[in-house]
Amino acid sequence: MNLVPLFVAIPLGAAFLIPMIGFWWKKSGEVLSTLSMVALSVMALASIGAPAVVHHMGGWAAPKGIAIVADGLSVLLLVAVNVIGLLCIIFSLKYMREYTGLPKYYGLFMLMVAGMNGVVLSGDLFNLFVFLEIASVASYALVAFGVEADELEAGFKYLILGSVASVMILFAVGTVYAVTGSLNMADVSRTIAAEWAGTEMNPALLLAAALFLMGFSLKAALVPFHAWLPDAHPSAPAPISAMLSGVVIKSLGVYAICRVFFNVFGFAATSPGSVIIANSMIGFSVLSIVVGGLAAVGQWDLKRLLAYSSIGQIGYVTLGLGVGARVLATGESTTLAALAIFGGLFHLVNHAAFKSLLFLSSGAIQSATGTRDMKLLGGLKERMPITATTTNLAALSIAGVPPFSGFWSKLIIIVAVVRAGHFGIGAVAIAMAFVTLVYYVKVQKSVLFGDVGRSVEQAREVSPAMYVPLVLLAVVCVGFGILAVTQPAIGERMLGPARDVLLNSAEYVKLVLG
Amino acid sequence: MKGLTVIVKTITDFVVAFIVIFGAYIVLYGHLTPGGGFAGGVIVACAFILLMLGHGKEVAFSRLGERMGHVLDSAGALAFLLIGWIGLAGGYFFLNVFGRGDQFRLLSSGMILPANIAIAFKVGTSLFIVFAALAVFRRRSFRSMIEDELS
Amino acid sequence: MTVYFLCVVLLTMGLYCLVAKKNIVKKVIGIVIMEYAVNLYLIIVGYKTGGVAPIVEPGMGETALERFVDPLPQALVLTSIVIGLGVLALMVSMCIRLYEKHGTFDMSHISKLRG
Repeated sequence: MNLVPLFVAIPLGAAFLIPMIGFWWKKSGEVLSTLSMVALSVMALASIGAPAVVHHMGGWAAPKGIAIVADGLSVLLLVAVNVIGLLCIIFSLKYMREYTGLPKYYGLFMLMVAGMNGVVLSGDLFNLFVFLEIASVASYALVAFGVEADELEAGFKYLILGSVASVMILFAVGTVYAVTGSLNMADVSRTIAAEWAGTEMNPALLLAAALFLMGFSLKAALVPFHAWLPDAHPSAPAPISAMLSGVVIKSLGVYAICRVFFNVFGFAATSPGSVIIANSMIGFSVLSIVVGGLAAVGQWDLKRLLAYSSIGQIGYVTLGLGVGARVLATGESTTLAALAIFGGLFHLVNHAAFKSLLFLSSGAIQSATGTRDMKLLGGLKERMPITATTTNLAALSIAGVPPFSGFWSKLIIIVAVVRAGHFGIGAVAIAMAFVTLVYYVKVQKSVLFGDVGRSVEQAREVSPAMYVPLVLLAVVCVGFGILAVTQPAIGERMLGPARDVLLNSAEYVKLVLG
Repeated sequence: MKGLTVIVKTITDFVVAFIVIFGAYIVLYGHLTPGGGFAGGVIVACAFILLMLGHGKEVAFSRLGERMGHVLDSAGALAFLLIGWIGLAGGYFFLNVFGRGDQFRLLSSGMILPANIAIAFKVGTSLFIVFAALAVFRRRSFRSMIEDELS
Repeated sequence: MTVYFLCVVLLTMGLYCLVAKKNIVKKVIGIVIMEYAVNLYLIIVGYKTGGVAPIVEPGMGETALERFVDPLPQALVLTSIVIGLGVLALMVSMCIRLYEKHGTFDMSHISKLRG
């Protein structure tokens, strides 16, 4: 008996239980969500390195029934989602006290976690869509949770664009079903590989691929589709910003792109249309890196700067994956593709850690000083030493300063890009890495160091409940950086299985269909 | 006077019970005939919505309070999840561990019937709550709109 | 083929409504039209002329299987309608809240954030 469905069942149960008993017991949200997130994190961490498992819902075998697949890639995302979810819940315990309707907040939070875990585990295209909608609907409501004018407007914008993305994804799912007669990802992958290998792309499948790419890129906020993110992330409460930037755009966007394109459509040399898809992935990534980075430089709102930075960093993640896909599609060396994909996945994990740390820190700063306008901040190092130190570590890490984890992942991506022969793109990536450094130096100068700003004079260090998650995430950021150099085996143990899943879609088919 | 005219109120009182019974039939025979928890739940919710339209929201809330609605809503979802957990005891999530029974009998097909009832509670109460929430909203914001228009 | 084309036309009409209209309620209507266009598309995918309900009864020949309608797209559409209902409720309540804050449904008056 394997317990993989519990990753969805536990948060879903908590999501419905919390608002129900919240009428009588006001603390239900805090207690139940912490307990379930602890359980989920332990389960996720325990499944690192375990062999891949397939769970058939209701006992129906794979092509007919609904499969739940926990392979390397899924486990990697599960760890990221649940561990960061736990830390965000701990941070919320204190931070969210100024809001009303807390049982609803925790209920929606658990619903969002349930949706993301479901997306990551689903082995079926339509279930992926359903869980994606669950997570999205919960996140729309959470962005607008403050119900002030800005929150509502950002939430409405996110809701409209997210709905368009969902419509596109559903259209694509329907088209794939019409062409292949199946919704199980492994079965669709086998059909596509068997019937359209080495031929011109079936136009219907090409349409489905384009719709999937647009829909998931909208969820991942890659550049032509990014308009909702710079509004939605700053407007949400800080723990939700951390979740949105840290894991939601990754599990709903980047993970879904990976799973659908690497494992379902396939990037083998014979796969139809794969070069076009890989090229568009690279194109969107480069645009994201450039636009996100340049837009971040001009921001004076701390959370808005972080939001634009998220766009740029997600661009790095998909650049690594896209270059890997292109190398696979043109049939060059597999080791190079493996390197590029490894870099992308490594940056994904790193970004989850340091961007959620930065957003949580911005929440701590906002709750201590009452503002997030960088012109009013400054000299936080004097007044809030712990928060300032963790923010500083995260900023150094994301800016790609050598001993920290962000440097290694960007280095791997850039090396892979250059070795694949894309010198121009490599140059852009290097240049934009320096731009990243520029705007984080700006954060350091105007927030952490310098003269004590007007709003900072009365500020005090936040309570332990708020800085403990920050310290833990900072340890992760530094730890990844040190481990990446001294203990490559640990990185291999965490990221290797995920990379192998993406490299070899035939293995995935064999795993699910037996 | 709250609600609509006396004709509508009389007909509503007369019809509501039948609508609820029909909804319950659709739910309970969902595994044998077309229908099921979702359709039946919607029909039952329609009865309450009709009540609210005919008599105003106070009467509807006296039959099904807002808090009671929320509790039933969550309870339905939890019951459905619980059915999944029972299946997990047999090795797979949502495994139909109960006996299948004879075909075309009311007590057959194992967990489908309890699942339908759970879904009916979930869907019925949540549709009612959504409608009630929007109706409460409407009263507040559109009055101010009309006042704006008049001034 | 024509019906598929008409679905896409409906989808584009929804998209036009979403993009061109300033009123947020009309934008919501545009989203709903798009969703329904896709639902219609899924139904058409499963449609079969002269099909029957896929219920296996004793004494049914192999030929009957040929005439069964594919039930899966209908299940998908049912699910997506339910999801659409939930999203619609959220959208409408946000519209009402926005109206309470701004006193108008016009997006050009509401929008303050820069994107």
